[in-house]
Amino acid sequence: MPERLISTVRGIGHRVVEAVWRLGYAARFFVATLFHSGASFRRFHLTIKEIYFSGVLSLIIILVSGLFVGMVLGLQGYETLQKYGSESALGTLVALSLVRELGPVLAALLFASRAGSAITAEIGLMKATEQLSAMEMMAVDPIARVVAPRFWGGVISMPLLAALFSAIGVFGGYLVGVVLIGVDEGQFWSQMQAAVDFRQDIVNGVIKSVVFGVAVTAIALFEGYDAPPTAEGVSHATTRTVVTSSLAVLGLDFVLTAFMFRGV
Amino acid sequence: MASENLIEIRDVNFTYDVRPVLKGINMNIPRGKVVAIMGLSGCGKTTLLRLIGAQILPTSGQVVVDGQVTSALDREGVFALRRRMGMLFQFGALFTDMTVFDNVAFPLREHTRLPESLIRDLVMMKLHAVGLHAVWNMRPAELSGGMARRVALARCLALDPMLIMYDEPFTGLDPISMSVIGNLVRRLNDALGATSIIVTHDVQESLRIVDYIYFMADGVVIAQGTPEEIRHSDTPFVHQFVHGEIDGPMAFHYPAAPYGADLEVEAAHA
Repeated sequence: MPERLISTVRGIGHRVVEAVWRLGYAARFFVATLFHSGASFRRFHLTIKEIYFSGVLSLIIILVSGLFVGMVLGLQGYETLQKYGSESALGTLVALSLVRELGPVLAALLFASRAGSAITAEIGLMKATEQLSAMEMMAVDPIARVVAPRFWGGVISMPLLAALFSAIGVFGGYLVGVVLIGVDEGQFWSQMQAAVDFRQDIVNGVIKSVVFGVAVTAIALFEGYDAPPTAEGVSHATTRTVVTSSLAVLGLDFVLTAFMFRGV
Repeated sequence: MASENLIEIRDVNFTYDVRPVLKGINMNIPRGKVVAIMGLSGCGKTTLLRLIGAQILPTSGQVVVDGQVTSALDREGVFALRRRMGMLFQFGALFTDMTVFDNVAFPLREHTRLPESLIRDLVMMKLHAVGLHAVWNMRPAELSGGMARRVALARCLALDPMLIMYDEPFTGLDPISMSVIGNLVRRLNDALGATSIIVTHDVQESLRIVDYIYFMADGVVIAQGTPEEIRHSDTPFVHQFVHGEIDGPMAFHYPAAPYGADLEVEAAHA
């Protein structure tokens, strides 16, 4: 019995040490990425290519999801608000929900599963097929040439995608609320305009999406770079990217919201 | 005065975690020669190439490349050294998101500020040297294994290296592609005045093209010599390796407990 206990404690200790070691490695990787980011801006076409891959190619899923989320908000919001006779506040409800929370968070979750997983798989396979080693042997730093442009591509794309998500979501809410159900159009837009504050709502939403962009892209890149160079290793890393970055987005959202909207 | 040897490996030990991979290796690679390092899979051949490329550093001992001790170099020094080396990876390691042209142009674009028209000419010349200028706009996925390796060879040559390293260049190739690559190794080495190291276990092709051979087993050099000396070597392991004999110092059976125990027949015999 004591032997089992000792091996259990040892197992826990081993896992904790592993986790702390990996966290430290991830932090060093992140710092190295920032440190070697010069080329991503000097040769901006490298970053533009990555913005295309992670941003432009994510547009369809972001736009379609945004539209449906906005439409659902319009429906559900109307159902609840009309009980209190305040369906004219539908525009405010739709816009604030999207700009403050759903836009940045859902766009980041979709970004993690669409672009994050692709980044991990691509870098993991580049490692497995020795492309990263080949680059190192050509005296080209893979962090500067492969990792940093993808990082900045993701960080730049994320707020733009979140903004588009919110915009199309508001349009979805308008379609259902105004066009389909018949809420007054003037009230829908004017209440929205009066209630949404640029500094408090829009800027905070953008800050959130930038933070999520950094978190999701950094996790995806690290998982790919750290993946064991086998088919199984890459597949596990891809799964971990989606799981870890989704949890990170939701956790960070709570922390950011607590700081941003205290007492509002 | 440059030393006669481009690479000197002096008493090198390398330990991976706690497992010793290389044990007291000494080797000299003379300038202008094609040298093969042979041995069974897992005997530390590829580790040796990575040591020369300073991707890893020896646990003890020194690797001297063109007069520079790799473990004494900083990152810039290592990168400056690597710019004068080319390495052909086992399966080419071409960048799959680029065309053949962009792959070969990659080192030129990264390390020089040449105008695009000149890069184009240089890339076409390198591709022509490996006989593949016709495929410049194809993707690596469209190439056969042998062609991919020739393109990767063209990419290695892009900056006219002083040293070209080949990691198992013959693996998985048909006999014709194998001869093509073998001849290219020899011809390009002589034409460029470079030095080449081939890590391989393909005996016949290597004996045909190289100047000198080191045999490794279990992390040590067990034999060395010219192809002629190796062919007539009476070292049992080399003899077994060169002639592909099934049994010899390297037994057919992986070391194991008596076979009977696995079949649980000992009790019956007892």
